[in-house]
Amino acid sequence: MSTVDDPRTIEFDVRTDEMLVNMGPQHPSTHGVLRLVLRTDGEIVSEVTPHLGYLHRCAEKIGENLTPRQFIPYTDRMDYLAGMNMNLGWALAIEKLMKYEPPEKGRHLRVIISEMGRIASHLVGMGAYGLDLGTFSPFLYAFRERERILDLFEEVCGARLTYSYLTVGGATADLPPGWVEKCEAFLTQLEPIIVEYHTLLTTNSIFIKRTAGIGVMSAATAIDYGTSGPVLRGSGVDHDLRRDGEEIYTAMYDGYAFEVIVEKNGHYPKDHQYPAVPKEAILGDCWHRFYVRMLEVMQSIDLVRQAIDRYSTATGNYGEPMKLNQKLPKGEVYLETEAPRGQMGFYIVSNGEAIPWRARARSSSFCNLSVTSELCRDCLIADVPAIVGSLDIVMGEIDR
Amino acid sequence: MASAINNLLDWLLTSWLLSGLGLSVSTDSAIGYVVAAFIHIALIINLVAVGALVFIWLERKISGRIQDRLGPTRVGGKFGWLQTLADGLKLITKEDLMPDGADGFLFKIAPYISFAASIAAFIAIPFAGGPYPWIAQHLNTGVFFVIAVLGLEVFGVILAGYSSASKWSLFGAMREAAQVVSYEVPLGMCAVVPVLIAGSMDMVVIGNQQAGFFTNWFIFHDPATFITFWVYFTCALASVNRAPFDLAEAESELVAGFHTEYSGLRWSFFFMAEYGSMLSVSLLASILFLGGWHGPIPIASLLGLTAENGDVAGYVGNLLGLTNVLFKGVVGVSVMIWIRWTLPRLRIDQVMATCLKYCTPIAAVMFLGAVLWQYNLPGRTFFGLLAAPPAMFSVDEGWEAPPAVTTEPAKPAMVEVRVEGLTPQQVAANQERGN
Repeated sequence: MSTVDDPRTIEFDVRTDEMLVNMGPQHPSTHGVLRLVLRTDGEIVSEVTPHLGYLHRCAEKIGENLTPRQFIPYTDRMDYLAGMNMNLGWALAIEKLMKYEPPEKGRHLRVIISEMGRIASHLVGMGAYGLDLGTFSPFLYAFRERERILDLFEEVCGARLTYSYLTVGGATADLPPGWVEKCEAFLTQLEPIIVEYHTLLTTNSIFIKRTAGIGVMSAATAIDYGTSGPVLRGSGVDHDLRRDGEEIYTAMYDGYAFEVIVEKNGHYPKDHQYPAVPKEAILGDCWHRFYVRMLEVMQSIDLVRQAIDRYSTATGNYGEPMKLNQKLPKGEVYLETEAPRGQMGFYIVSNGEAIPWRARARSSSFCNLSVTSELCRDCLIADVPAIVGSLDIVMGEIDR
Repeated sequence: MASAINNLLDWLLTSWLLSGLGLSVSTDSAIGYVVAAFIHIALIINLVAVGALVFIWLERKISGRIQDRLGPTRVGGKFGWLQTLADGLKLITKEDLMPDGADGFLFKIAPYISFAASIAAFIAIPFAGGPYPWIAQHLNTGVFFVIAVLGLEVFGVILAGYSSASKWSLFGAMREAAQVVSYEVPLGMCAVVPVLIAGSMDMVVIGNQQAGFFTNWFIFHDPATFITFWVYFTCALASVNRAPFDLAEAESELVAGFHTEYSGLRWSFFFMAEYGSMLSVSLLASILFLGGWHGPIPIASLLGLTAENGDVAGYVGNLLGLTNVLFKGVVGVSVMIWIRWTLPRLRIDQVMATCLKYCTPIAAVMFLGAVLWQYNLPGRTFFGLLAAPPAMFSVDEGWEAPPAVTTEPAKPAMVEVRVEGLTPQQVAANQERGN
């Protein structure tokens, strides 16, 4: 059998009942410009091949021509739904190279901002997943709450999507006065709304029919393909860089009480207040990946609250942003952080100048997407958006 | 010549005006028949087109409110009520696109086939009843006709998908064919239940039998019909391609399904067909199950607005009936809109399973249930059982009480409580006309 890539060979090798279909790069449910080549037999998809590169903007090469602080705006545009977390990943990697430790207040500020970013990102993940399954309204509900977070971010840094707020050495500015109270008020409002989302999607019988038992990924497969984040934890692998990561990253969460959202003995941590796992759902399917994301929103709400307490009592400065053209020490570092979509890694080699000699990014969505062809084997066409949507990819991060 | 004109004038005066007043159209004169047909079809096309205009606006408004938005607010002053018209103008001015590999003739004709099928169903749908029903063509097999014609709409969709030279369109057409053909079965079975109770396929007769308070509506006739109504509504949703069964145009899977390659006016014809079908299945539901032109409280007959009190009274009564029918139809369409903006979409195998494993068996069992009820408790409703004697209802036509029986003094109770206020002679005359 010929490969999917070359359409000419397929013309000669085709079985009468098979058809090659291009899903994307212009398609409503491919989350940007992903192109999936489906080999279909009627409604049944026998093979899915993802094609990348439609959003490639040479971000890594640009990183080798700019100083670390100048590169911060480019990290915003990688995972554009979680710009704050991208800023943080890059900033921490440079700080690791410089062996810099941000002050106490800056540490808690970073937790507040990055966890808020995680909530905003997971809200889009949830809404867009509803869209993939053919219901439009949850998308707008999710954006209603996301807008509130963006408003808060706008107050902090003036931008709503590409923040460049967290930067090497801390943040570009302190939180404005009164911001913390607004943030707390928002969290109080968000909590009951998450319960509404659960009734709208998580426990909806059509939603369960469409996601439970679909795209089942075993823990071994998840590890083999290098998946991370909610996709990995949805398969029951107990791994979260906020707890298991490198010292410089976990130090940020030092003293915070949180449990990694992963199923243990048929239960998620603190899941008694949320709908129970339906009996149709199998660990590692689309439903579990979605559910992990929903629980992580609650986890992040809790973390932001803890961080606000600590931030309010902390004294001193929020950090000192690195100078724009400050020389970097010689050396080579790699650091992964837990971004909303998984482990976002930055690799930097410096030869002692202000501009890194090499800058590379390890994208979580890239690895998460790589498992698509494995999961979409012999599924129905309607399952392809359901599976790809449950991986919650962002093309900006994959193509960079 | 003069006699021909005289005939025409005579015909116009007697038939056209009378039909405008809700009187039946005679088939004696061929010209008059044609003129009447044109008048009727103009009214129906207007109803469908204006209906689509209103429903698209309603859909945007309702979906806006559901989604915490405002929906259209500006075009036409308040509430954006002219938004659809503005969109229509935009669609007319758009470039007329056709894919290179498309089968031109089929591609062009497909939307009109869908639209024609959609409006044809309205021919047999009565908008008001009584002795002089408002109906374009009074068929004694009305239910059968409407369901058969509704099934024709799928041809347009299949042609569109086949001729578009697009794989996504083809997928949409395949799904539509499979889905609509399957759902015709339970839909028909559900529609047969009211037919069984009424003993007639004539929609006017079915509607007239539900006269009186809302307890006489067939949905409340017995437990079986109550369940049948919900099955009917589910199947109707599926057969007109609305969410959660909108697989033929599933935008997250098939881009836009069968109308992926359509643009401009032709695309809008598909939409008019869709909204027309939504209205027609809702009207069918309202006539078969929800009392048709009878309100929950029989205001018209309580006020004496019936045909035996004069033509004007009958006309006003029919106007009230028309309002009732359209109101129920709009409610049905609104519920469909509400469902669309709430639920995720089912997968094709789940849609088929819903049809074959749930809807069809339930419809079959409910049919049996209705048969048993009719057999054991002829002419009695569920609410009629609660209130000791069946006061408000009796079987009008059919096997239980054939017309000849009604004039016999042996069963005076049955005669007195039939359609309110009518004498047995009028009833008999009504039935002759109805049949």
